[in-house]
Amino acid sequence: MNIHSQHKIDYLLYLADTALILGQRLGEWCGHGPVLEQDIAMTNISLDYIGRSRLLYQYIATLTESDEDRLAFLRDEREFKNVLLAEHPNVDFAYTVARQFLLEAFHFPYYSELKNSSDLQLAAIAEKTVKETAYHLKWSAEWMIRLGDGTEISHQKIQTALNELWSFTGELFDPADYETFMLQESIAPDLNSINKSWKEKVQQVISEATLTMPENQWMQSGGKQGIHTEAMGFILTEMQYMQRSYPGLTW
Amino acid sequence: MLRIDLEGHFQEKIDREERIEAKDWMPEAYRKTLIRQISQHAHSEIVGMLPEGNWISRAPSLKRKAILLAKIQDEAGHGLYLYSACETLGIDRDELLNELHTGKAKYSSIFNYPALTWADMGAIGWLVDGAAIMNQIPLCRTSYGPYSRAMIRICKEESFHQRQGYEIMLTLSRGSTVQKNMAQDALNRWWWPSIMMFGPNDSDSTHSAQSIKWKIKRFSNDELRQRFIDMTVPQAELIGLKIPDPDLKWNEERKSYDFGKINWDEFWNVVKGNGPCNKQRLRDRVKAHEDGAWVRDAAVAYAEKKRSGRVN
Ligand SMILES: [Fe+2]
Ligand SMILES: [Fe+2]
Repeated sequence: MNIHSQHKIDYLLYLADTALILGQRLGEWCGHGPVLEQDIAMTNISLDYIGRSRLLYQYIATLTESDEDRLAFLRDEREFKNVLLAEHPNVDFAYTVARQFLLEAFHFPYYSELKNSSDLQLAAIAEKTVKETAYHLKWSAEWMIRLGDGTEISHQKIQTALNELWSFTGELFDPADYETFMLQESIAPDLNSINKSWKEKVQQVISEATLTMPENQWMQSGGKQGIHTEAMGFILTEMQYMQRSYPGLTW
Repeated sequence: MLRIDLEGHFQEKIDREERIEAKDWMPEAYRKTLIRQISQHAHSEIVGMLPEGNWISRAPSLKRKAILLAKIQDEAGHGLYLYSACETLGIDRDELLNELHTGKAKYSSIFNYPALTWADMGAIGWLVDGAAIMNQIPLCRTSYGPYSRAMIRICKEESFHQRQGYEIMLTLSRGSTVQKNMAQDALNRWWWPSIMMFGPNDSDSTHSAQSIKWKIKRFSNDELRQRFIDMTVPQAELIGLKIPDPDLKWNEERKSYDFGKINWDEFWNVVKGNGPCNKQRLRDRVKAHEDGAWVRDAAVAYAEKKRSGRVN
């Protein structure tokens, strides 16, 4: 395999793993949501992310002679390239909303740009993704505002979540080698312009939510290189349990 | 005198197969029966999300994970339709949930059994959703309009669930020995609880006669149970699984299967709260509700701020 295709596979894995792990996290809410309507909304979003990961894994499978389930269930933790924010535990509804909003505010401009990728298959996946992301962004921004400008308790909870998750946002804009390579090939978008739209959106929603922008702080990173938080091992243990326990079977 | 006329008029309407709507006069007992039945049904949908939800994170393939999530989401949707139908009878969702959480209202006992292996996702879809459909198809013609309309939407989705569950069992039965055993084990554990889902024998059923007269119910528990068994036995045979009932035998005269004695002792014990998961299920529901209280409060507070903001 040449260096070009290895970078491309790593890049696609970064997108696919981020989608799958976030989908897996959101799925934990199913049956436990704060109100039936929001239980349904979070399951909806989870389904979109799992669907997105499947499209990406299926694409990767054509480049690696693998299949979507081998990619999802038979790789080890160090091979997963999702951002750390995606694997962050749900904690409570405030953390879940803040995590979702920070990622959607990134995904919306990101996939909008990715529609212009020189890789046509990726562009087609981005086309579909942007539509659902618009809804996810609306949902999460509305809840940021509702919780921020709701009660004193909800204000405090969402501010705490925002402050804590903030340190995971730097990684979104810190390109891994494979991203830089893909940018040079006009396959991946330029993170600088995405960062600008992200900041604008985040500032606008935080202000409407009567929240305070978190202070500049040290940013966590590592996910894109496969160095994860302690939470990741448990996610994979559960997620991969069947395929690891009963190798090679069809379900 | 007036009351008798109203009741007579009401019964005539039902006998003419006309639907009763929310604003129509109805006997208090009819309203109460409906609230009990619809809310019990709504609670079953949302408590029923828990045993299957237990397997979302562990589904064996991405496709199965997506199907399972979508299925459970459908059940949440059913809960919504049914709570809304119930609200047309003048009781709100909070009150209904409170009855569930305090143990005053019941939900289908089947969900007090544990979902232990992946094959249980097959068995639940095939048998539990299958039995639910058997119960629910006649409810599409139930006399109360909002309930019957909710049931029409729900039944369409339930038959999907049943096919998806059966398809999981089919795949397992074509798989390795381990998978076949997993499927048979799930059938062994879910069979009897599933046929208990139709409720006590007609001779012991307290609510049946009046409900049939009001056309809330159209078939008796035993009739529906027999239909379910007659439908399901050949499906099990087709995929090489054995129904765990040594007394199960085709009765040529009745053109139906005879079957063994149901353990009603177990049934009543699970109803009373002694099933393997009663406490856990209720605790999970109560926890989700209590943990969500501040979220619902925030939504109300925000909506009020916006409303008063517009007025000013
Ligand atoms: Fe249902
Ligand atoms: Fe169902």
